[in-house]
Amino acid sequence: MSSAETHDTLLDEPIVEAAHKIYPKKVDGHFRRIKWGIQFATLAIYYFLPFVRWPRGADAPSQAVLVDFPHRRFYFFFIEIWPQEVYYITGLLILAALTLFLMNAVAGRIWCGYMCPQTVWTDFFMTTERWIEGDARDRMKLDNGPWTAEKIRKKISKHVVWLLIAWWTGGAWVLYFADAPTLVYNLATFQPGVGEAYLWIGILTFTTYIFAGWMREKLCLHACPWPRIQAALTDEYALNVTYRYDRGEPRMSLKQATAARAAHEPSGDCVDCGQCVAVCPTGVDIRKGSQLGCIQCGLCIDACDAIMEKIHRPERLIGYDTEMNVKRRECGETSIYKPFRVRTIFYAVLILGIGGFMSAALATRGDTHVTVQHDRNPLTVRLKDGGVRNGYTLRIANKKSEARRFAISVSGLSGAQTEVVGVAPDATGKVLIEVGPDQTREARVLVSTRGAGEKKGQAPVVFATTDAGSGAAVEAKDVFIWP
Amino acid sequence: MSEDTFDKAHAAPGQAGPGKVKIDRVSGTPTTGHEWDGIEELNTPLPRWWVWTFWITAIWGLAYMVAYPAWPTLSGGTQGLFAWSSRTQIADEVADLQKTRGPVLDKIKDAPLDKIESDPELLAAARMVGKVAFATNCASCHGAGGQGAKGYANLNDDDWIWGGKLADVKQTIEHGVRWEADKATHATAMPAFGRDGLLTPEQISLIADHVRTYAETPDSDAPTPAGEKLYADNCASCHGVDGKGNAEMGAPALFDRVWLYGSDKPAIVARIVNGGGAVMPSWKDKLDDTTIKALTVYVHSLGGGQ
Repeated sequence: MSSAETHDTLLDEPIVEAAHKIYPKKVDGHFRRIKWGIQFATLAIYYFLPFVRWPRGADAPSQAVLVDFPHRRFYFFFIEIWPQEVYYITGLLILAALTLFLMNAVAGRIWCGYMCPQTVWTDFFMTTERWIEGDARDRMKLDNGPWTAEKIRKKISKHVVWLLIAWWTGGAWVLYFADAPTLVYNLATFQPGVGEAYLWIGILTFTTYIFAGWMREKLCLHACPWPRIQAALTDEYALNVTYRYDRGEPRMSLKQATAARAAHEPSGDCVDCGQCVAVCPTGVDIRKGSQLGCIQCGLCIDACDAIMEKIHRPERLIGYDTEMNVKRRECGETSIYKPFRVRTIFYAVLILGIGGFMSAALATRGDTHVTVQHDRNPLTVRLKDGGVRNGYTLRIANKKSEARRFAISVSGLSGAQTEVVGVAPDATGKVLIEVGPDQTREARVLVSTRGAGEKKGQAPVVFATTDAGSGAAVEAKDVFIWP
Repeated sequence: MSEDTFDKAHAAPGQAGPGKVKIDRVSGTPTTGHEWDGIEELNTPLPRWWVWTFWITAIWGLAYMVAYPAWPTLSGGTQGLFAWSSRTQIADEVADLQKTRGPVLDKIKDAPLDKIESDPELLAAARMVGKVAFATNCASCHGAGGQGAKGYANLNDDDWIWGGKLADVKQTIEHGVRWEADKATHATAMPAFGRDGLLTPEQISLIADHVRTYAETPDSDAPTPAGEKLYADNCASCHGVDGKGNAEMGAPALFDRVWLYGSDKPAIVARIVNGGGAVMPSWKDKLDDTTIKALTVYVHSLGGGQ
């Protein structure tokens, strides 16, 4: 029996807690109102942004935010991104990561608690659930009770409403990839050619319904990497939702606490009402300290504040604070709050630096992009008179919304002749290539030397592409190769 | 943990009351009630989502067998409800592709060759279609980039045996070279001066020395007046007194720096001895007119087109 008894003394609780369904209770308060605000704003942006118009002229779509896969363009208000400029997206991702780090250094996982789509949609689904089935107690009763007509009615209406929200969520997603009003019309009237859109709506309806309706906190606890990463990014100054046990312990009833206080005996403010656990969307007990399940949403703060108000004790028994401060107050020292410290300043400087660099790059980017590619096979061609010819593919991107003509010239090779396949030189001997608005054009350029002036190896050549209108030139470098 | 639960958790299987679930005190998981020497079996059933997924995939699999070709029979196989086959799918995809390409291919079909080359849209399309057709049909002899090889013409240079204008290139692709099955083919061939005894080995050597005037490497004797005279008598009628060649006869230009069979003396001697010439198939029956036009423009645009 001895080994079993040893176990008994070591393990008070199961190693792994069995999963159980949680019924978060409704709560009102300061942080709940912030959450409502952010939820309203983010959902409004998501659902209605595709309908915002942004006129760009006849040759370009007039949707403010559009990922145009067929034409390989990304539009964001006044910005137009070509596939070659995808590094701007990389830059945005770097900025997003740094912003997340900064948020984490200032106030822990507030991203999780307020802005993460999983949180926003779960909250949205919980709100509708509460609206149909009632608050936590009613829902628990309903789930444990027999299948009455009312239960069936409530369950069916809940899932129908959930599926409708999920469907509209998937529907809004596809609108970012095509002209929104047209696509809505085509989808609604079953026009041919939008099958792919139906498929994506279906997939996203399914994932939204499952993630926000059924999986909820399970996704945060078991699937999301961010709770794990953030453990490595937090520090002792990051403000996390903290139970101030210096004030709360020892827990006792209000009556006992009043008596203890009168007798100048140790007394805590926590009356162990369990409201902080009852309202938690992930079902954790914040009084056990900082933990993986806590998404920093602050709803337990609202719940606890309401109780503190009722029992006439100061608010924020739970609040955004640090473990270090709780310990310091226990020892009679003052709290330390350091939002400006090396870490946060470093992140802020990086964000400003990269953001500034990207904005500057975006503001000063050219409207012509030229690349040149040497023929790979054959690298060089011997001509009848002993001269040598090299072939190149010149690709000119005209990023302006008007057609432009470019003069092609090659320098770096004395006496060389340049011709462009299919383009005859004009009266002045200039080779002009017209490139349509917001388009690229490929030109095959042949550069030849004349006569048997023997040379070996290779020489650098420069292809200059000069805008016939503005005179602005863009150069591209390559080499000329002898046999 | 109280004594009571401890006893309950360690009770023998028979001692648990009917319908009572025993909970393992270490893991907090229900047990099946089976116990061997104090070791109990935890009851951790498959998650419901897993079971559901399993059944849905099983049903999907059965439905798939009905809907699509699945089971072999003695004379073939079940066709499935949709009568799907990979062959018809490919045919549909090809038809779709032609529908997409149709408008531009029609334009290539109707436009004269020089108009194709001067129209940016048609040139781009023709080069794309031509490049693919070239890779499939021509690259095995002329090389992936049309760079040629010994006996196979380099299509990038400005030396054209049968003419380098668009119409000439098209004619050559359509009817081939010395392709007997095609009456319109380029039929002329060089006599076998050596094999047929038209010239003596010494005479051939002298002619070779003369022809090599323009070769890069002087690896043989200097040209002589005798060689020049022999050339004028025997070769100039086709290759020209000035060695500029004659595209009508497919006689290559000789006095230049492009050599189909090599510029060293043995290579030239071998040509004069054996005569004849390369063979190229006619493509008019294998490729449609639009593809041949696209190929023509592609080859012409490689660089050497006249």
